Amino acid sequence: MESNKISIVVLSDKREQLQMAAMMASVGAVSGNEVLVFLSMNSLRYFVKGADEQAPCEGPVGELMAQKNVPPFKILFEQAVTLGEAKIHPCSMAMDVLAIEPEGLEDYIGEPMGLTLFLDESKGGQVWSF
Amino acid sequence: MAEKKIIDARGSFCPGPLMELIGAIKMVAIGDEIEVLSSDRGSANDIPEWLKKVGHEFLGSREEAGVWHIKLKRSK
Repeated sequence: MESNKISIVVLSDKREQLQMAAMMASVGAVSGNEVLVFLSMNSLRYFVKGADEQAPCEGPVGELMAQKNVPPFKILFEQAVTLGEAKIHPCSMAMDVLAIEPEGLEDYIGEPMGLTLFLDESKGGQVWSF
Repeated sequence: MAEKKIIDARGSFCPGPLMELIGAIKMVAIGDEIEVLSSDRGSANDIPEWLKKVGHEFLGSREEAGVWHIKLKRSK
């Protein structure tokens, strides 16, 4: 099976953006691709353990997704790790700004990562930003 | 003797049926057949593509009253 490297930068706190990023991460990972997710800026707070805040919608599709049986983005990110061996890392800068400790994040999230390492890890592959 | 498992993913949207299949396919033996029931048209297209990519056998798909019956065999 052909393997590609897919790096996904997640910055938004909007439902549609988070959902699309999670879909790409999960489907990409279970299809044999090497998936790396970098969580930063406004997305990171959703991955704090116990966070139950609902992501706001950008438009009507987000509102419809909230009403229908669309898999929640956090479940899809977790499945990307558990079923597809994706790696998900929080941005070390965002961790510092938000004063979040690594153990405060969901268990499937890896250690904080700096931009230098992320740029190196994503070299030669696809990079997507949400 | 090969077993046959049915995954009822009706009502779930993409990529829910695919992710349910992937969770289940790890639990069945090589040679076992799985039938996924999905009301999501996108998944009816996406699941055969995934099977082709990862190397499981696609046995066919039919639509009946808005539900796709997608059959496959675990090959490895």
